[in-house]
Amino acid sequence: MKLTGTVYKFGNDIDTDAIIPARYLNTFDPQELARHCMEDADAGFPDKVKRGDIIVAEKNFGCGSSREHAPIAIKGAGVSCVIAKSFARIFYRNAINIGLPILECPEAVDAIQEGDSIEVDLQSGVIKNLRTGKTFQATPFREFMQDIINKGGLINYVKEKS
Amino acid sequence: MGKTIAEKILSHKSGQDAYANDIVVADLDFVMGQDGTSGLAIRAFEDMQAKKVFDPSRIAMVIDHSAPSPLQGVSALHKQMRDFAAQQGIYLYDIGDGVCHQLLPEQGHVVPGDLVIGADSHTCTYGAINVFSTGVGSTDLAAGLVSGKLWFKVPETFKFVLNGKLPAGVYSKDLILYLIGDVSADGATYMAAEYTGEAVDDLSVEARFTMSNMAIEMGAKVGLMRADQKTIDWVQAHSKRVIQAVESDEDARYARIKEYDVSSLEPQVAKPHTVDNVSPITEVVGTPIQQGLIGTCTNGRLEDLRIAASILKGKKIHKDNRLIIAPSSRQVFIQAIREGLIETFVQAGAAVVTPGCGPCVGTHNGVPSDGENVISTANRNFKGRMGNPNAFIYLGSPATVAASVLKGEISDPREHIE
Repeated sequence: MKLTGTVYKFGNDIDTDAIIPARYLNTFDPQELARHCMEDADAGFPDKVKRGDIIVAEKNFGCGSSREHAPIAIKGAGVSCVIAKSFARIFYRNAINIGLPILECPEAVDAIQEGDSIEVDLQSGVIKNLRTGKTFQATPFREFMQDIINKGGLINYVKEKS
Repeated sequence: MGKTIAEKILSHKSGQDAYANDIVVADLDFVMGQDGTSGLAIRAFEDMQAKKVFDPSRIAMVIDHSAPSPLQGVSALHKQMRDFAAQQGIYLYDIGDGVCHQLLPEQGHVVPGDLVIGADSHTCTYGAINVFSTGVGSTDLAAGLVSGKLWFKVPETFKFVLNGKLPAGVYSKDLILYLIGDVSADGATYMAAEYTGEAVDDLSVEARFTMSNMAIEMGAKVGLMRADQKTIDWVQAHSKRVIQAVESDEDARYARIKEYDVSSLEPQVAKPHTVDNVSPITEVVGTPIQQGLIGTCTNGRLEDLRIAASILKGKKIHKDNRLIIAPSSRQVFIQAIREGLIETFVQAGAAVVTPGCGPCVGTHNGVPSDGENVISTANRNFKGRMGNPNAFIYLGSPATVAASVLKGEISDPREHIE
């Protein structure tokens, strides 16, 4: 599947409190969570983000709490994919489990600017910056994880196994 | 080839001869959720079309993040947890019982050699008693509730060798803040941290929990220690379960080894807004403070309260400061009452709140106002962490917080140590 979207860029160590503060964890509704997505990092983000937009961040994206509300809020906001130099471990697992596409690709992060239009091929992991025409190869998933992703998340995976 | 503690526990629990970077499916000894994460897990459990949990005696849900409930929506979540617990026969710890990471070891649910998951990132705390315990999200928790198993990538291990003796007025909190500052917030990402050396051996089990608790703040999956006689005695005083302690082999392979001499370490403070933004206290002394917090899964244990009370006894906090005390569990609270610590705090001008996570995680019980500085014994100082993105959080030891609220500015606790 190929995604095309406009980039919002974030820095190092974007933590889960920035992605969705704990004061909003009293709901699991993706739309409700989306209304506060990234608000402590960029107060205007929930209003300006459009369906299909792509988050590109530096290292250690999603560090901090185990709250699955974080990838749910990002997915609920319509973000189609998150690309970072690296992800914190629990966020990485949670994103795969709920079916939010994430890619690790330090070279792409360095070569993509806020507002760029980029194309992402989730199957091959190829990221193309449509402004510059440059392409980048993201780190491929382990087979086991690709299997969970292909089934649309862990819930479907467990259902099929049982 | 020899194995690390992490490799040994994951090998034992998966029945595979596992080494770093292998993927294993392993049996879980205990599974925990709290009120920020259990609601989603219960929904995922239902979405998986599950009817029964794998073993009710190995599961607890803990109402600690917003306890007692400050909001209607939270009350509904709490009710959902109580109903699920009653229906499934699992343990439920309700408001006032305490913080999940104090309760699991204190109530004897986890013992050395165990494999444990919790839907809370600070589940890594029990590494201090030789438990491979790690934080997961709600969907992973649901998979654990259903099957009693979960997949793991066996982590590489980052070994910290801590030599020397900590000076007076310098605590395990200062030590772990120093390590995080040194290796950075992602210095051990995807790895197991293993803390060894004389300085670790000298710590009480309570002080060791503080170090393992903050392993996640350097990105680690777990913060492991070997089980020595102190660990065994502590665990046997809290649990009747069989202990299967494991040690790393001499020839185990480590991704990284770093040695430190702790004998001249100063008290450390993490400055806003990242945990790895650490300075020796001498560089931040004099920073004005409006609020102090002593508590949390990092530093709300009895030993922490004793240290803080010894500094606050017979004194009053600064007139422009507030001090919030949140004991980490009902048992800790009761013992602190018996020892007169709570009277000391209240006389000094503190507000003592229900054992739980509220102030640290910003759900209630002490949200700071715009522009205010807070000094806290918690593990995180992220922007917005305490409920207001326009406040500033500094992290330090219970002694540093107590010394600071007396003066209304960040202060060196060594001034109070004879």
